[in-house]
Amino acid sequence: MLITAALVWELWVNSALPRQKFGFHFFVTSVWDPIMDQFGALPFIYGTMVTSAVALFIAVPLGIGAAIFLAELAPPRISDTLQFFIDLLAAVPSVIYGLLGVFVVVPVMRTVIYPALNKPFGYLPIFKGPSYGVGFMTAGIVLAIMVIPYIISVSREVLLSVPRDQREAALALGSTRWESTWKVVVPFAKTGIMGSIFLALARALGETMAVTMVIGNTPKIAASLFAPGYTIAAVIANEFTEATGDLYLQSLIELGLVLFLLTFLLNGLARVLILVTTQKGSEAGG
Amino acid sequence: MSNGRLRWRKFVSNFMLAMTGVCAFVSVLVLFFILGYLLFNGGTSINWDFFTKLPKPVGEAGGGMANAIVGSGKILLLASLMGVPIGFLGGVYLAEFSGKGMASVVRYAADLLNGVPSIVIGIFAYSLVVLPFKHFSAYAGAFALGMMMIPITLRSTEEFLKSVPRMLREGAMALGASRWKTIATVIVPAAYRGIMTAILLALARVAGETAPLLFTAFGNRFESHGWSQPTATLPVMIYTYAVSPYDDWHRQAWAAGLVLLALVLIINILARTILSRGIAVPRS
Repeated sequence: MLITAALVWELWVNSALPRQKFGFHFFVTSVWDPIMDQFGALPFIYGTMVTSAVALFIAVPLGIGAAIFLAELAPPRISDTLQFFIDLLAAVPSVIYGLLGVFVVVPVMRTVIYPALNKPFGYLPIFKGPSYGVGFMTAGIVLAIMVIPYIISVSREVLLSVPRDQREAALALGSTRWESTWKVVVPFAKTGIMGSIFLALARALGETMAVTMVIGNTPKIAASLFAPGYTIAAVIANEFTEATGDLYLQSLIELGLVLFLLTFLLNGLARVLILVTTQKGSEAGG
Repeated sequence: MSNGRLRWRKFVSNFMLAMTGVCAFVSVLVLFFILGYLLFNGGTSINWDFFTKLPKPVGEAGGGMANAIVGSGKILLLASLMGVPIGFLGGVYLAEFSGKGMASVVRYAADLLNGVPSIVIGIFAYSLVVLPFKHFSAYAGAFALGMMMIPITLRSTEEFLKSVPRMLREGAMALGASRWKTIATVIVPAAYRGIMTAILLALARVAGETAPLLFTAFGNRFESHGWSQPTATLPVMIYTYAVSPYDDWHRQAWAAGLVLLALVLIINILARTILSRGIAVPRS
């Protein structure tokens, strides 16, 4: 087991050699030209960050709201049933999300959401420009749907681990149910909820298929959320089999390394945060 | 005055709690929407040919995905052969033999491996298996998927073995069974249900994986004989068909999506009922 993890690490270090040629420039230049052997990763990093940001912007309020409902309000039977469906939702393969993204979300973006946002807010740079249906926004929405189950499941666990005393004390002091939830239970579980968000972020960053299918695959940095873009995972999926020349291939592998390290860090952080909260709960409760 | 404030607070409370309910139902609705939409679109284009025929060239109607279904089966079989024993034995080791420090390192490594994006696993398999053989193959695909199965199987095997009560262990030891015999004949059978569930869930998770297969198993328009050739799989077929410009292919992508989703959800539900029916581990 240890060997597998070590191997992943070792291999990455060995195969990522465009660092020598481009050094730090790899991350700050935005030219991606296989023919001229010029590789800059900025558009992909930008795309990955923007889509994940959009996804979290949508998924976090929705996911935490749902988790509060499941943990605080719903009777156990309903809560368990809904949790069962949410677990199933987490099991849906990502190509299926991509499929629905291409045939459902993209047309809806083009015909409904884009005109609705572009007319009143078109002067803002993020909503400017024409829409092709594919782009950062679409990818973000699909990603949001994909990460919501993770946020719900983990946040629910964390909220359930908040000791009863806390709740009862708040209610006894005369607060309403919402006040006890929002001002006592949620702050208590705050670190754990942050952990669930980091976990979701790690998922969103590494998600490949669904994003590849709806992002538009254009290595450009655009301010508009409706413009087509590219993400790290998507460029690897699209160009890896076609990569000619060592430098091209190794540039892609270096992108993979970046992605790996990023998710590695986020996962580690998330785990620590979740652990801290659940331990706090059992200490206070015990 | 204070009465009005109280009413306002109660209103806020009810309103916000109702909103959280709305959030929960919206999230669950998505699942039914996905299912319904796939049933509607895939159901109309699924037929017997889909399961028995090979893909037809562009422009000809009809044809199916027999090769992809067989290919998915082959790769999943091989992946389980690789991933399950390693994960299972690793789990046994962690739960029964290892010291504390070692165990936490392995556990942490497994958790991280579990969080690695699937496409990165794909690159790993590519450079380890595809490059030396200079060939996309079913082996490479299975290697990638097997690697993804290891951490899931390992962690849950460990969990379930650990929840076997001490009494059973001590009972077997007291009867003079060796350590290995205790594990093989008493502890593992006691945790059997839980471990089965874990393996099924791992299988369901990798069955839908596309990204690591793109440049390991690659895909194939024809039947692939043997294990060392590029092999078509359902998820990759869905991807290529969905981004293609042909209407007929789109319909087939829907059909394949329906088959894949049905497969994954059935395995999931099955696994969960195994776990919930009867108690996974006898309680002391």
